[in-house]
Amino acid sequence: VLSQLLVRDRAKRDALVSARVVAESARCVECGICSYNCPLGIDVRSHARQGIPVADSHCLTCGECVARCPRGTLHFETSTIFAAAPAAPGARPR
Amino acid sequence: MSARYVIVGNGAAGAAAAWAIRARDESAEITIVGDEKVPFYSRPGLAYLLLGVIPDKQVFSRPDRIYAEAAIRRVTARVTAIEPAPHRALLDDGRVLRYDRLLLALGAAATLPSIPGVDLDGVVTLDNYEGTRRIIKLASKARRAVVVGGGITALELAEGLLARGVETHYLMRGERYWANVLDPSESALVEARLVEHGMRIHKGVELGEILGRKGRVAGVRTTAGDEIACDMVGVAIGVQPRTGLAASIGIRTGRGIFASETFETDVPDIFAAGDCAEVLDPATGKRSVDALWSVASEQGRTVGDVMAGHPTVYRRPAPFNVTRIGGITTTVIGSVGTGARDDDLVSLSRGDTFVWREQLADFATVSTQGTDRLRLVIGNDRIAGAVVMGDQTLSRRLQHIVRAPVDITPFREHLLDGSNDLRSVLASLAEGSAMGVT
Repeated sequence: VLSQLLVRDRAKRDALVSARVVAESARCVECGICSYNCPLGIDVRSHARQGIPVADSHCLTCGECVARCPRGTLHFETSTIFAAAPAAPGARPR
Repeated sequence: MSARYVIVGNGAAGAAAAWAIRARDESAEITIVGDEKVPFYSRPGLAYLLLGVIPDKQVFSRPDRIYAEAAIRRVTARVTAIEPAPHRALLDDGRVLRYDRLLLALGAAATLPSIPGVDLDGVVTLDNYEGTRRIIKLASKARRAVVVGGGITALELAEGLLARGVETHYLMRGERYWANVLDPSESALVEARLVEHGMRIHKGVELGEILGRKGRVAGVRTTAGDEIACDMVGVAIGVQPRTGLAASIGIRTGRGIFASETFETDVPDIFAAGDCAEVLDPATGKRSVDALWSVASEQGRTVGDVMAGHPTVYRRPAPFNVTRIGGITTTVIGSVGTGARDDDLVSLSRGDTFVWREQLADFATVSTQGTDRLRLVIGNDRIAGAVVMGDQTLSRRLQHIVRAPVDITPFREHLLDGSNDLRSVLASLAEGSAMGVT
């Protein structure tokens, strides 16, 4: 049980550090529950409607919007922007 | 001269069309005419406004400011007539709008039953913003409400009233909730949750008459003669596509306004899309109405492209919707019909489509863990439909498998073999298809 808890805690921390909120616009009905519950007042809804990731630098990836969306529009996706740049020669950092 | 577009209806389809036109044509003159005074709002969001999880102003998802930024003119008026020959739309305030191309995106209106008392003060439908405000106001004083109807909207209405502290009685004509879409176990899951939340469910009961006192609702009488005293009656028996304006100029209509796979109607330069339209699906040769926000938005985008001169054929995807019924997040994808009768809906309700009621001669396979439930309707080589209740981890994957559709032949035996864990079979199916794509 303890190791499960640790794994879950680790996953949560990883999400906080390296994930971003992405949206599947086909599920979004523009109800605005996401924006209403964002502690930083980010207009999550307009991202969700257009299917664009919440790339706002203020986003804490706290998950309030993800958890509260009644239609499963939002989820976390691990971003690679904090990962080391790919080693391929000539590749530009992502 | 720049092209003039008039869009009748400021809902999901109308707005999506306006933005699609703008993306294609920077100089177009775009006018949206809607008869509601308020700015664009989320119609599905009204359920959450009623539940009290968002404040009033939150439903207005696209303020007039963003219309102005896109140079889309919003006019509050009702179109009373269209003159196809001179390409003119006449408004109820006397104004005349000239158009090169016109879109009918009028939506659908809640149907009322033809029973005595239906016009009494206190009879409500979850249909539009003003109506929802009125429900909230009435609910603040009401002690008891009766709700009739089936499908998603009836429960949104009933659960909203319950959440506002009104003792709510939900009347069903049949023996279980949403019988032609949900299977008996799924209905039972939802009903158990409703009862847990304090809903009073009456089965096998049909509304015969709404009783009034001084013009206000005082109760209902069932066809069996039983009476329930109440202050409010909520009705959600279906919606009626708005076809009158189209019919008045000779456009053929059925359940909705007849539209081709490119949304053209019988009259040149007049198009129809969204809940008001009955659109031809070239794959099946059938016309259908889907009262779904996602479908209306997609149709709106497509018709906008067509109107702006970029012919695009609408390919109807397997319809799906996600909603919370009885507090359980539920996704319905594709054909999941049970073949059971459902007398609670006389037509489609909001968030509903006839596709879901299609019963195929296919197998159903089920996996249940507590309130998490998964039902798949398995065809010969594809998954025709799915109902996912509770844990939604698989629903996005299933959406892809049903909509693509993914060939399930190599996995069919495993899916139908009850001893296998459905979830892990689906995971490998989705992975297999993903690998096939790349």
